[in-house]
Amino acid sequence: MNLNKIFKNAFLIVLVSFVLSACATKTKQLGSQIQGDVYTGTDTVEYLASGVPDRVFFATNESVLTTASRETLRKQAAWLRKNPNINVVLEGHADERGTREYNLALGERRANAAKDYLMTYGISSNRISVISYGKERPVDSGSNPLAWSKNRRSVTVKAN
Amino acid sequence: MKKKLYIFSVIILTLIPFKAISLIEVDITRGNLNPLPIAVSPLYIDESSKKIFFEETKIENLGSEITKVVENNLKTTGLFNPLSKDAFLQKPDIAHLKPRFEDWTLIKAQALITGKITIVEKKIRIEFRLWDVLANKEMLALAFTTVPNNWRRVGHIISDKVYERLTGEKGYFDTRIIYVAEEGPKTNRIKKLAIMDQDGFNTKYLTLGNELVLTPRFNPTNQMVTYLSYFRNLPRVYLLDIETGIQEVVGDFPGMTFAPRFSPDGKKIIMSFASEGNSDIYTMDLETRVVERITNHPSIDTSPSYSPDGKYICFNSDRSRYQQIYVMKSDGSNVKRISFGKGLYGTPVWSPRGDLIAFTKLHKGKFYIGVMRTDGSGERLLTENFYQEAPSWSPNGRVLIFYRETKTNDKGEGFSAKLWSIDLTGYNERLVTTKTDASDPSWSSLLSK
Repeated sequence: MNLNKIFKNAFLIVLVSFVLSACATKTKQLGSQIQGDVYTGTDTVEYLASGVPDRVFFATNESVLTTASRETLRKQAAWLRKNPNINVVLEGHADERGTREYNLALGERRANAAKDYLMTYGISSNRISVISYGKERPVDSGSNPLAWSKNRRSVTVKAN
Repeated sequence: MKKKLYIFSVIILTLIPFKAISLIEVDITRGNLNPLPIAVSPLYIDESSKKIFFEETKIENLGSEITKVVENNLKTTGLFNPLSKDAFLQKPDIAHLKPRFEDWTLIKAQALITGKITIVEKKIRIEFRLWDVLANKEMLALAFTTVPNNWRRVGHIISDKVYERLTGEKGYFDTRIIYVAEEGPKTNRIKKLAIMDQDGFNTKYLTLGNELVLTPRFNPTNQMVTYLSYFRNLPRVYLLDIETGIQEVVGDFPGMTFAPRFSPDGKKIIMSFASEGNSDIYTMDLETRVVERITNHPSIDTSPSYSPDGKYICFNSDRSRYQQIYVMKSDGSNVKRISFGKGLYGTPVWSPRGDLIAFTKLHKGKFYIGVMRTDGSGERLLTENFYQEAPSWSPNGRVLIFYRETKTNDKGEGFSAKLWSIDLTGYNERLVTTKTDASDPSWSSLLSK
């Protein structure tokens, strides 16, 4: 076969594989931050104790807990059982892509979803209070899907 | 400074001419490409009155200052073109008696306002007239009295009377806007309740900014405000007396109350109460303190708005999965969905004319301010933007004020929030001046009824 043609084909194959791997890396990056419209990254996450993340995230217009959220809340419940004198406030938030009053209600619904789950793991409701900030306290002021996903959250804060 | 709303004594000097000559009229139902050229002649004031007034208020030329208020108001409607004073041929002291119409026709004015002010026993007395220049006829003549500090309101009342005479509709100039003044980075905004005249003057702050405050509304007499405050980290609906500054929490609810408004008779507050993940609409009678539950549904029900006759309520609910607009009787019965277009709908507000409901719509990443009839038909989108919401009606139901946020890039830098207004026709979109950034505007009713 013609040597030129072999080189040409080989060059094309190498070029295409570079492009494809670049695409794969890009989706991997975004994929590691948002999955199913829910933030899965660790940027902005703080810790109540070693290994206990302080927050869970939600999809747009949703208050459903993902598997990852439930795992986080189980860790929080375990920590709360070990520290029976600590009370917490669950702060519910929404992103800016919604009207102000509806977002206040949505934040409240999200925080209560987290509270209900903590209660099923034995944490008494009088240790948990709920407050909604709607879209008033974004953690990321950007106007892009990544920023919005970080803002759709319920954060557990020590009350005492 | 406590600005009392003094009673005006209005004396009508003459009535509308009885001959069937068709006088100038302004149509406000369409976009106006030919604003009516109007000359606003500075009000005549004699030297001694001028001196007394200057002593009281330090304002040099009251006659000119009042006409500036009128010109600015008329200009912002997009319907009038106030002509430059440099071209005026007749002086104020002559013009107000009987104008030499040729002088005004020469500068192409079609309408003319003239008037006179005198100080009588520490009060200002104003007389003004509106003339149809081409027909050489007087269209309106009024006189009234007030305290010197109310001089800007004199300009607003003249504007309202002129607007009404020429359009057939009540004006909206002698009104105030209550809103949230904002400062600081988006992640930690400082918000205060602010009140100002609709033309941006006389801004006053009603709260200090120590706690988050949101969504204020006037009561029908414009003397009280209801709003949401995060005082002591407990988000609740509050009442504030504008004159005394006294605030009190509304009711004794065990959880967040929000989205408050007054009923049209001013006797009740209607609001949402959130408990255990569910938000429903409640009312509380301000006198009896009796609380009534209006909606009872596991979905989010919020942003209630009464029809002007108090018989119906429109509100925002996600009972069909996403934010939509519903209408129900004021006792909570007969709930009907009225929004069916593509997208999410929120912030429904019933027009003071009773005929339309304005709303915010979110579709494909853009926000719209729109109106629809009270049965949901005739949806019309007036303006589109990357971020805007929360329309509020002018008292004549012809203009909507709302707020818009802008950023210089998608990282959120260069963030600002401002008030904007637009006519029901979809024309005349304009920026409303505020001293600081602003959001959540709400328009008062006419201060003088």
